[in-house]
Amino acid sequence: MNATVEETVRRIFADFKKVPIEEITPDTTFEELGFDSLDGLNLVFELEEEFDLMVPDDKVAEMKSVRQVVEGIEQLLAAKESENKEAATAE
Amino acid sequence: MRRVVVTGIGTVSALGNSTAEFWSRIAAGKSGIGPITRCDVSELRFKNAAEVKDFDPKEHFDDKTLTWIDLFCQYGMVAAREAVADSGIEFTPDLRENTGVITGSCLGGKVAEDEGFRLLYQGHRSHQPPTMIPKAMSNAVASQVSMEFGLTGATFTTSTACSSANHAIGQAFWLVRQGTLDAAVTGGSETPLTWGSLKAWEAMRVVSPTTCRPFSKDRNGMILGDGAAMFVIEELQSALARGARIYAEIAGFGMSADAHHLTMPRADGAAKAIRLALDDGHLPVESVGYINAHGTGTAANDSMETAAIRTVFGAHADRLAVSSTKSMHGHTLGAAGAIEMAATVLGIHHGLLPPTANFNERDPDCDLDVIPNEARAVEVEAALSNSFAFGGLNAAIALRRWNGSNK
Repeated sequence: MNATVEETVRRIFADFKKVPIEEITPDTTFEELGFDSLDGLNLVFELEEEFDLMVPDDKVAEMKSVRQVVEGIEQLLAAKESENKEAATAE
Repeated sequence: MRRVVVTGIGTVSALGNSTAEFWSRIAAGKSGIGPITRCDVSELRFKNAAEVKDFDPKEHFDDKTLTWIDLFCQYGMVAAREAVADSGIEFTPDLRENTGVITGSCLGGKVAEDEGFRLLYQGHRSHQPPTMIPKAMSNAVASQVSMEFGLTGATFTTSTACSSANHAIGQAFWLVRQGTLDAAVTGGSETPLTWGSLKAWEAMRVVSPTTCRPFSKDRNGMILGDGAAMFVIEELQSALARGARIYAEIAGFGMSADAHHLTMPRADGAAKAIRLALDDGHLPVESVGYINAHGTGTAANDSMETAAIRTVFGAHADRLAVSSTKSMHGHTLGAAGAIEMAATVLGIHHGLLPPTANFNERDPDCDLDVIPNEARAVEVEAALSNSFAFGGLNAAIALRRWNGSNK
């Protein structure tokens, strides 16, 4: 996992739950944190703002733990970077 | 007890800017859903909506009026004028005293507000125009209609998200039935098709990237729409005395709160509103032949609504027909209940039940007769129009066919 993305995601989760960041590990699940569907929507919004991304609905459905969120964000960031490179090459 | 009938209908929607066009498209099962044209959608995850088309405000209003009313109010006014003309009602001084205007809107004048706030926050201007407050207020339609026709009875607006219009029509019905009013102009209007609203809906993750397929196994969300529907409703004896054409009788109204969750609907709350509407109209469940469902096309609503209908109707649920006309005119939020009541009333009147368009595949969780894709010629004795709002607020209207006497 990319340490920066992981740390940022853990910080967002910790801020959201108002708990110390140490309590959020990669294996922490949404269920353990007591998140409902509205909490999930709000978290994805925070992530989209933080990483300047658009998270598709099917990706949201796959995110049930901190690890899955980090992996999902990393994939989206990689996709965005290669798109940017392609755009730069095309120019 | 006094009885209340619908004598005039006006609509503006993605299916056309008159009730004749609206009904011909509903009867043909033609959807009005298409690409969003009001704003650039490149930064939006969904691209389609049920937009009102070819609506030229200048055809309907002078420049001065247009300065003071937003698009949702224009729709509401045009629909109200059509409803009043269609009813043939003559507003005498006495009747004006005893006629009210009761409208629903979830958002109010978002077109003006969205653009005004953008210009202010981005520093493009340091003042807001004096038109902003009256344009943005949710009661703009009720106020404008009352002024245009000189109606001075009880006049107000309900704002309960997607149930706004049903709550408005329900209040108007009760006020006429209990004798507070003799007639009312009632309905709902809305346009959520502004950049700020569309981006907010995107974040709710309930809008389909394709189209609205209520009750279909492959449904993947709702489609936003805009428009208005307004009605003239009257006390039965005065309608009969003036020889009015009666489309249908409003028989009952029921409402409830889920007291559960902001966005996850509960079947027991919906079932309670439906049951109360039937009880209010003294309608046995066997009399209901058609339900115009809330039927948003989201996974959560359509299976919940199926469960609610089965709870209330028991075995009769397999003998009645259910459809969602949102598949054609989209989800118009605060106008939804009104546009759907127009489809229901016209369906009862013409003996033709509106279909669920865009339907592909039966879903075991929505195992009702949903009138897939083609309207059906059936005369029903009674019908329901359901609305269930975010925030868990439910409102159902029960309608009865008018056969010339309705003992």
